[in-house]
Amino acid sequence: MDFNSLLSIVTFLPMAAALIMALFLRGDDAMAQQNAKWLALAATTATFIISLAILFEFDPDQTGFQLVEEREWLLGLTYKLGVDGISVLFVMLTTFLMPLVIAACWDVTHRVKDYMIALLILETLMIGVFVALDLVLFYLFFEAGLIPMFLIIGIWGGANRIYASFKFFLYTFLGSVLMLVAMVAMYIDAGTTDIPSLLQHQFDAGPISLLGWQIAGGMQMLLWLAFFASFAVKMPMWPVHTWLPDAHVQAPTAGSVVLAAILLKMGGYGFLRFSLPMFPVASDIMAPLVMWLSVIAIIYTSLVAMVQDDMKKLIAYSSVAHMGFVTMGIFAANQQGVDGAIFQMISHGFISGALFLCVGVIYDRMHTRDIEAYGGLVTRMPAYALVFMLFTMANVGLPGTSGFVGEFLTLVGVFQVNTWIGVLAATGVILSAGYALWLYRRVVFGDLIKESLKSITDMTRRERMIFAPLIVMTLLLGVYPSLVTDIIGPSVEALLTNYDVALAQHVPDTQVASH
Amino acid sequence: METILLFAPLVGALICGFSWRLIGEQAACVTATGFLFLSCLLSWIIFLTFDPAAHENGYYSEPLFTWIASGSLDTSWGIRIDRLTAIMLIVITTVSALVHLYSFGYMAHDENFKEGESYRPRFFAYLSFFTFTMLVLVTADNLLQLFFGWEGVGVASYLLIGFYYRKPSAGAAAMKAFIVNRVGDFGFLLGIFALFWMTDSINFDVILAMGPELAEMTFSFLGYEVNAANTIAMLLFIGAMGKSAQLFLHTWLPDAMEGPTPVSALIHAATMVTAGVFLVCRMSPIMEYAPFATNLIIIVGAATAFFAATVGLVQNDIKRVIAYSTCSQLGYMFVAAGVGVYSVAMFHLFTHAFFKAMLFLGAGSVIHAMHHEQDMRNYGGLRKKIPYTFWAMMIGTLAITGVGIPLTYIGFAGFFSKDAVIESAFAFGGDLGQYAFWLLVIAAAFTSFYSWRLMFLTFFGEPRGDKHTHDHAHESPWTMLAPLGVLALGAVFSGFIWYNSFFGHTDEVGEFFGVEYAEAGAHAAEGEHAAGDSHGANADAPAAEGEDHGGEAAYAEEAEHHYVLIGAPGEGAIHAAPGNDVLNEAHEVPTWVKFSPFIAMLLGLAMAILFYLVSPRLPKIWAETNPILYRFLLNKWYFDEIYDAIFVRPAVALGRLLWKSGDGKVIDGGINGLAMGIIPFITRLAGRAQSGYIFHYAFAMVLGIVVLITWATLSIGG
Repeated sequence: MDFNSLLSIVTFLPMAAALIMALFLRGDDAMAQQNAKWLALAATTATFIISLAILFEFDPDQTGFQLVEEREWLLGLTYKLGVDGISVLFVMLTTFLMPLVIAACWDVTHRVKDYMIALLILETLMIGVFVALDLVLFYLFFEAGLIPMFLIIGIWGGANRIYASFKFFLYTFLGSVLMLVAMVAMYIDAGTTDIPSLLQHQFDAGPISLLGWQIAGGMQMLLWLAFFASFAVKMPMWPVHTWLPDAHVQAPTAGSVVLAAILLKMGGYGFLRFSLPMFPVASDIMAPLVMWLSVIAIIYTSLVAMVQDDMKKLIAYSSVAHMGFVTMGIFAANQQGVDGAIFQMISHGFISGALFLCVGVIYDRMHTRDIEAYGGLVTRMPAYALVFMLFTMANVGLPGTSGFVGEFLTLVGVFQVNTWIGVLAATGVILSAGYALWLYRRVVFGDLIKESLKSITDMTRRERMIFAPLIVMTLLLGVYPSLVTDIIGPSVEALLTNYDVALAQHVPDTQVASH
Repeated sequence: METILLFAPLVGALICGFSWRLIGEQAACVTATGFLFLSCLLSWIIFLTFDPAAHENGYYSEPLFTWIASGSLDTSWGIRIDRLTAIMLIVITTVSALVHLYSFGYMAHDENFKEGESYRPRFFAYLSFFTFTMLVLVTADNLLQLFFGWEGVGVASYLLIGFYYRKPSAGAAAMKAFIVNRVGDFGFLLGIFALFWMTDSINFDVILAMGPELAEMTFSFLGYEVNAANTIAMLLFIGAMGKSAQLFLHTWLPDAMEGPTPVSALIHAATMVTAGVFLVCRMSPIMEYAPFATNLIIIVGAATAFFAATVGLVQNDIKRVIAYSTCSQLGYMFVAAGVGVYSVAMFHLFTHAFFKAMLFLGAGSVIHAMHHEQDMRNYGGLRKKIPYTFWAMMIGTLAITGVGIPLTYIGFAGFFSKDAVIESAFAFGGDLGQYAFWLLVIAAAFTSFYSWRLMFLTFFGEPRGDKHTHDHAHESPWTMLAPLGVLALGAVFSGFIWYNSFFGHTDEVGEFFGVEYAEAGAHAAEGEHAAGDSHGANADAPAAEGEDHGGEAAYAEEAEHHYVLIGAPGEGAIHAAPGNDVLNEAHEVPTWVKFSPFIAMLLGLAMAILFYLVSPRLPKIWAETNPILYRFLLNKWYFDEIYDAIFVRPAVALGRLLWKSGDGKVIDGGINGLAMGIIPFITRLAGRAQSGYIFHYAFAMVLGIVVLITWATLSIGG
């Protein structure tokens, strides 16, 4: 088999399916809806199966980019794709989750074909972000991904969807504009938009003076800040996180799953692809700030999660807290921290996705996300209670589930850098138990006395089949995390070695400058 | 064999929990129980045949496969067997197997569930799952696997406390148990982080050998330069405090009684709550070089023993009395560990498991007979109605109060182990030793009082409460009585049989735990050589104290038989630092010290007889004349109220404040001010604000991006 275009195939297969659907599928009757769903399911499943070849072809011990494709493109730009140990698992996460997402919106009846098209295009754009090896290409995928998501919230969302979708769009878009400016500056400085070349390029880190302000880290710092604006919003980091709860609450279940499981990971991926390796000096200067913001996020959003009345909002806030562990681990800049951050992102993809699906299951039945409307579900929905319990525990970071590994590694990493941050972040262990169990207790435990719930039914076969792969992954990665760490380990090690070398080289420079 | 032992309960749990619809309820429960008896059998084989001398450093381990590996952090799943593990294995599997059997009777009918609801397979599956995680905990050969078991038992405990999910109080108690334990786990985790930072490993074979080195190291913790051994030991102890319900983190244990009674016997008396004691003993090679931490352990342990006993005096719920008793007895174990006699801590853990499980199961039998009435004020005169249960409880009470003849080897299990703890505390000497000794003796008197109070209120006097219930009180089925019989054997004989192994002469203890020992004289030179001066402050002072009390006679004997443990840290299941001679000193305490727990026990018994047999009006009079003290004790020193006021409420209030003001006003108000200014502007431009025109916005955005990219690419091209 020829693997030369493997990444392109995986990336654009969903879009091709979307195109076929748009061109050839007519009408909006039940038959057409059915066809659209099956086509989307087939396309995403095929994408996943083909993407497995990436995993087989990928050699974890080799730290550079692999499966690289490079072609001429319009306007003299280059089309270049490739994966390394840091990005390959995000591709897999995306292709793995999308069939489940499609299956989860099987009961949608409103503009089904458009919905499927939006999701398929979104998949292409998300994969594209993780495989793009050219700045312009990356930016295209990164920004264009906003549009289908914006539409998904705006068309298939809840009552207040317009506000939420605009908030989502403006937050993430404004951050990205700065990133675009930075990218232009990078091109001017380095003379290329090729990401592997940029990774080799050393951006000037000598202090510069701007409008009377002395800026440590100079050019690197400015670029770093511009990228930070974009990635921090995407993560989202405190205090630019407030778009996320609103977006989640208004988004349909599938939208929430994609948003939490995959879209949020783009920020973390960006930090690892750009900020840390390309601007090491600036990263080093800003690391304490980022870690402190992360700790604030963990404690602040955990406390806020505790007082939510809306299930989705609660889980959304808990997502922000979990992403706090990610940013903290990345900027701890040691093996455990970064390994843990990547692991946490992968694991959170399964867990938060599953939690939003859990909300979706009962939302589909009762059409409310209000926690007060539930209680005692265990009597009528034992299977649901079990699944929800498992993912609640995974969310709490119980050892044996994947949620523990990421949290543990990031904390180990950060503790060696700053004990204050380590200790404060570890309080998240207590707080997460607080909000997660409180939610579970109010929804599932207690006696079933509400009249409206008396006839609620347990999960259907379709729902069980959606959860099964997520359960397997959560437990498998919890018990045998080497599946992930073996793949990311060498690349992370290389990244950190370069990072340390760059920092070491920089120190003499500044000393020379100061003398 | 070890692998089968470990996984049999898990297999049982899975079969029972997931396939009961296929094979039937009864078959599922029988399967789970069968697997546990298998596990129990294998445990006893290991315990009886384990010979520490046959293995290097007194343990052997079987690695299974890698768990978390990242950089220099490398942990595997594995099974480590040494004497500590072997002791825990038999305690866990024996009690668990018996509790499984007992549950057939106890859980046969339950009013908390409706007709036709299947709850038994779920119950048995949880029990077996708990046993599995507990076995993982004690067979761990690194701290992380231990932590997996630690949290695993926490979840099982959470599920079982909340088993009666319809009761709001059960849900609340389950949550509380999990969260309070998490507070302890927070400390535990920090201990692991610090340990990894210092030693670059969390595997026992590496870290246990590094005790003396850790005592020399310092690191910067929260802005202070702290001693590594002390800090790590203290952080780990915080974890132990949570799991073992020590003072300040004890509040979850009494509430945990919301769970079915077999659960209380298994998890909240015999096994899970002793995990903290196990942890401290397991880490003895580090604890020994952390004098501040061990002093803290003594202080907290003794205070808990005393505090819990005072609260136990006035509780009316039969299970809560026993729960506070458990809390108190755990305090005894910690004192023994804190003074450096880990074998005695394990001894009390071992005997306590039998008699406390028995008391709980006996209480369960009473509750079963009385149709789930738990208030002792409604009991009375049950001796004739349920004679077997009465005798079982009697044996349990004799054991926990430590009945035996001082200066001889005749007595119930608690007599040996509790006296060993008290004597060790005295032998430790110094102000701290005196503090612990007196608190423990007073607690022993209280223990005797509340235990006999329970007996008298339940089995003696006139029937009180609902007459119908009393008339229908009935003896339990054999499935419930048989476990009581087996545990009774343990409560009577376990102390006597294993006395020498746990608290005999140093050479016997050393042999049992696989720790090298030598004549004291030979040791003196080695001690200097091996230990340097790192341990000086901790070990030497108590030794000197001990000599004062030891008396002349002791010396004559010592001259012949004085052995000391000389195993290096990490060699053998427990460790005694050079200079730690408390085990020897404990045998040489003055005679009045050896008599003191006996006298305390008699005092408690006499008071109980006076209050509840001779003059039953006295308790009421006492409560009325000392209302403040009575309410203080009845309300458990107001810990729950205080915690609610200083932790729970402020956390919720802060959450609300951050949400409404932080997210709402400041962040959204600030950042959104801009956005909200723009949106109406855009919508005005579009001229239509309905959602149906969302595609227009999207189109505008696409256009915007195209323009931006074109500009960008052109400027790049130029």
